[in-house]
Amino acid sequence: MLSDADGLRSQVAEFLAAHDPQSTERLEFLRARFDAGLAWVHYPAGLGGQGLPRSLQSVVDREFDAAGAPTNHPERNGIGLGMAAPTILAHGSPEQKERWLRPLWTGEEIWCQLFSEPGAGSDLAGLATRAVRDGDTWTVNGQKVWTSSAHMAKRALLVARTDPDAPKHEGLTYFALDMKQPGVEVRPLRQITGEAEFNEVFMTDATVSDADRIGAVGQGWAVSMATLMNERVSIGGNAMPREGGMIASAARTWREHPELRTPGLHDRILRLWADAEVARIAGSRLRQQLAAGQPGPEGSAAKLVFARLNQEISELEVELAGGDGLLYDDWTMRRPQGANFFGRNPGFRFLRAKGNSIEGGTSEILRNIVAERVLGLPKEARVDTGPWKDLPR
Amino acid sequence: MEATASEATVSEATVSEALGPGASGKGRPVRQLDLLYTDTETELRGAVRALLDDQAAWRDVLARTETGQTYDTKLWRTLAAEIGAAGLLIPEALGGAGASYREAAVVAEELGRSVAPVPFLGSAVIATTALLASGDDELLTELAGGTVTAALTVPFAAGPQSRPPTTVRLAPPHRGDEAGSYRLTGTVTGLADALPADVLLVPADGVPYGLYAVRVSEEGVGKRPLVSLDMTRQLCEIRLDEVAARKVAVGPAAEQAVAAALLAGAGIIASEQFGLAEKCLDTTVAYVKERHQFARSVGGFQAIKHRLADEWVAVTQARAAARNAAASLAAGIGPEATLAVTLAKAACSDTALKAAQEMIQLHGGIGFTWEHPAHLYLKRAKADSIGLGTADAHRAALDVLANLPGPEAG
Repeated sequence: MLSDADGLRSQVAEFLAAHDPQSTERLEFLRARFDAGLAWVHYPAGLGGQGLPRSLQSVVDREFDAAGAPTNHPERNGIGLGMAAPTILAHGSPEQKERWLRPLWTGEEIWCQLFSEPGAGSDLAGLATRAVRDGDTWTVNGQKVWTSSAHMAKRALLVARTDPDAPKHEGLTYFALDMKQPGVEVRPLRQITGEAEFNEVFMTDATVSDADRIGAVGQGWAVSMATLMNERVSIGGNAMPREGGMIASAARTWREHPELRTPGLHDRILRLWADAEVARIAGSRLRQQLAAGQPGPEGSAAKLVFARLNQEISELEVELAGGDGLLYDDWTMRRPQGANFFGRNPGFRFLRAKGNSIEGGTSEILRNIVAERVLGLPKEARVDTGPWKDLPR
Repeated sequence: MEATASEATVSEATVSEALGPGASGKGRPVRQLDLLYTDTETELRGAVRALLDDQAAWRDVLARTETGQTYDTKLWRTLAAEIGAAGLLIPEALGGAGASYREAAVVAEELGRSVAPVPFLGSAVIATTALLASGDDELLTELAGGTVTAALTVPFAAGPQSRPPTTVRLAPPHRGDEAGSYRLTGTVTGLADALPADVLLVPADGVPYGLYAVRVSEEGVGKRPLVSLDMTRQLCEIRLDEVAARKVAVGPAAEQAVAAALLAGAGIIASEQFGLAEKCLDTTVAYVKERHQFARSVGGFQAIKHRLADEWVAVTQARAAARNAAASLAAGIGPEATLAVTLAKAACSDTALKAAQEMIQLHGGIGFTWEHPAHLYLKRAKADSIGLGTADAHRAALDVLANLPGPEAG
C-alpha cells in the first residue's frame, strides 16, 4: 500500500501529466490544482484538499516546485491564506466556503483584516465601527487602521458592532466585506520608516449582504478569536538557520570592520548573539512541541524575546555603523508588501523594529497574558462591564 | 485584561514574523536535536522528584548545612541504588545504566529544584566523563554503583574554555614503590563535590602532564572543608603530600579528558540552574497568589505580574538552551557541543541568579529570613553562576566560537 506521501506524489505526477505547467495558463492551472484537492491537502475534499495531515502539504509543494509550476504567490495573500481561510473553514456556511475559498487560494481575491481601530488597539473588543441591519443588508460606518493589503484586497474580514446595548464582547458580528465598493476608502498610513505597509480604511455607508455574515449575529468576538489564533500558523515551517535573523547583518558588520570594535560594543554583540541563538533554539523546541502535538504557551515568550532582540540588535547595528549610522537610505513613501528588514540600511531596521513590540500584541499585553494564563495570576480589575454604549471613551 | 486581538496571538505568536525574513535562507544548516523530554526521561524525573521530595525537603537540606556532614551520603546511596543516578553515563557492561547526558540533565534539573547536597555533578558527570574519555573501566565499574564517588581536582570556578592551572606535581617515587606507580604533591582549593569523594582524579604536572587517580584513604591525603557561600555544595581544599597515585591518562589524552569533563560539567550544571530557576519561579508565583496586602493578592499587581512574566520568558529560553546542551553532549563532544554548552551556561547562569533574586524580592521580608528556603536557592544560584565558568567567561568564548573577535584582535 502506498503511504499518504507516496500517494500524493503520484497524484501530483498525474496532475502534471494532464496539466503541463509550462503551457497551461496560470489561473487555469491553479484552479485545476484546487479542484484536484492538491491546493492545501489538510482542507476537506471539495475545498481544495483531501483531509490529510497538514504536514503532508510540503510533499505536494515540493513536487510542484520541482516541476516549475506556477504558484499562487502566497506572499501576496498572507492574511487570506493564513487567517481568512481557516476562519471561513471553521465558521463559514457551506455556501460561503464554496464561494470564497477557491478564488482566495488561487490569489484571484486578496483578503485583508479590518479589526483594529484608532480607539481599539489592545482593547479590540471596545471597537466602535457600526453595522446596522436593514432586511438582508447591513450598512457599515466606521474607521479601521493598521490594515495591511487593504489597497490590494477584494475582500476583508470585518468585525463590527451590531448591538451597542450589549456588553462589549457580546455586541459584535463578523462579516466578509467587499472592499471594491464606493463606501470603502483606503488611505496609506505612513509610518516612522517613511513607507506605508499599512492602511487606514474608512467605511461610509458601506454595505454588506447578510449572506456574507460569518457566524451568528452577536458571535463576532468568538469568530475573531478564531481568526487571531490562526495568525501566523506558518510557525511549523522550516527551522531557522544560525544567524538567520536580525543578528546576521550586525555580525557581518562586526567581522568586516575591526576598526569599529570597542570592549563595550564587543560585550553587547556577544550578549545579543548568544541571546539570539538561544532564542533560535527555543524556536526549534517550540516547533518540536507543536509537531509532537504538545502546543505550549512558549509562543508568547518567543514574541516577547524577538521584539526585544530585534530592537537591541538594530540599535547596536546603527551604532556600529559609526558616522554612516547618521545616514538613512531613503525616506520616499513606498508601499512594500510586508515588513522586510533586509535590503535596507541599519537605520531602517532600527526604526522598523520599534513596531515589533506593538504589532500583533504589545509586549505589555503579552506580559499580562503570560501572567494570567500561564502563571495563573489574578486578572486586572475590570471597569468595562455593562452595555458598551455606556462605557467611558 | 481579557482576550483582545493582540492577546490572542499568544498561541501562535508571530514567531515566523519575529524570526524575520531570511528564516528559510542563508546560514549554515543546523543539525536537528530532539529538545523535548522523552517518555523515559519524564519517568526518570518523576522517580527522582519523588525521592527528593521525600528525602531532601528544604528544612532537612537547610539543617544539614549546619552540621559537620554537609553532604547527604545516605541520599546519594539511595539515588544510586534506586535510580541508578551514579552510573547513568556508564555503559551497562561496566555496571552502569548506559544512558546519556540527556538523562543526566534531567536528574540535574531535579537536583537543582531541591538543592540537594549530593555529589552527582562532581562524581557522576564530571569525574565520570574524565574516566570515560580515558577509558578507565576499572574505576568506572566502581563508580557505577555509587558506593565509591570520585572528584576531579580542578577548582569549581574553572570553566572549560582553557586548561585549568595545575598546582599538583609528580613527586619522586618512594623506595619500594612498584614500577609504574606514581606519587603526587600539591594543594588544590575551591573544589566542589570533593568532600565526600573516595577517589580523586588529579591533573598533575610532570613529564608528561597527566591525570592520576588517588584514593583518599592513602597516606598523605588531607581534606579541609571550606566555609562556602553555598553550603549545599560545600567546597574543600585537598592537600597531597607524596601520595601514591595511579596513572589514568597522560599528555594530550589527559588534557582532553579534563577538557571533556569540564565541558560536560558546564553543560549539565546548566540544567541544574534551569531546574533551580523554574523552582524559584514556581514558588514565587504560588506565594504572590496567596500573599495579600491592600486587601488583594499581591500577584494581581501589574508591577509584579510583568516581572514574573519576564522571568517565565527567561526560564523558557533557559530550558531550550539547557536541553540543547544536553542533547548536543549526548550526540558527541565536539565543536557543536562546545557552542551549545557555552550558550546554555551563559543563559542559565543569568536566569537562575535572577530567578533566585526575584524570589527573595517578591517574597518580601519572609524571603530575607533564614527560615525560608529562598536563601538556599540564592546561594546555590550565585555559586553555580561562578562554577564551571561565569556567564561572562562563556560569552567571551564566543569570540572564537561565533567568530566575533574583540577589539584586541584588530
